[in-house]
Amino acid sequence: MIGLNHFLTLSTILFCIGIFGVLTRRNAIGILMSIELMFNAVNINFVAFSRFVTPTALVGQIFAIFIITIAAAEATVGLAIVLLIYRNFKGINVDNINIMKW
Amino acid sequence: MLTGVSEAVYYILAAIIIGSGVMVVSMKNIFHSALFLVLCFFGVAGIYILLSAEFIAAVQVLIYVGAITILMIFAIMLTARLYSAQIKQSNEQVVPGLIIVSALLVITIFALSKTTWKLSSQAPETQTVAEIGKLLMTTYVLPFEIVSVVLLSALIGAIVIARRD
Repeated sequence: MIGLNHFLTLSTILFCIGIFGVLTRRNAIGILMSIELMFNAVNINFVAFSRFVTPTALVGQIFAIFIITIAAAEATVGLAIVLLIYRNFKGINVDNINIMKW
Repeated sequence: MLTGVSEAVYYILAAIIIGSGVMVVSMKNIFHSALFLVLCFFGVAGIYILLSAEFIAAVQVLIYVGAITILMIFAIMLTARLYSAQIKQSNEQVVPGLIIVSALLVITIFALSKTTWKLSSQAPETQTVAEIGKLLMTTYVLPFEIVSVVLLSALIGAIVIARRD
């Protein structure tokens, strides 16, 4: 029997993998990929709640569509920033980019 | 509740998602990470189909697999000097990160198992595409328009940021 808790557990594990990637990656593109993993975990949560709590209302699915749109916007702007950083610093390792630290 | 074949499918998909997710954050070569990201997104699309959300599954394949991952691979190719396997890809925070993440995992799963949700036993909607289309054009028309403006501004912003002047 696969219930709501199975899907929530799966999305929790995926979210934690994403957090681990954000914390440990040195490459800015690797961090963006980990953020996409976290977006996917959240979307699984929304769709699972939509399926098991309000099966006829579809509100969770609409929300998931909006999240996917925002994720696309985030990836576009993020990668543009990464390319700009690469052009200015000749590298995208985030531990070398610290001009905004004091 | 899902039983029988769905159960087996769920466990296979979960294994694919978690395995490829771990590979995404641990591979030495960032290009291989991007390829495992594609596999992970396909697994998530399968989970959506299992949850009878076909439209979201199609959107997942189109946007995540078709657009976002290709954008990532483009960025990796344009920053090609960094995509060799010799460069160290993780910083010195692997052990603290593992501790924090496993603590978060344990706490969240504990909280999940202690919560009782108000589950509904109704059959899920079968015509999801038509129903989502109707909802986006009636109840959720304002968020729909706002999100399209956000997408447009992100497009213009990306062009302005990445332009060589």
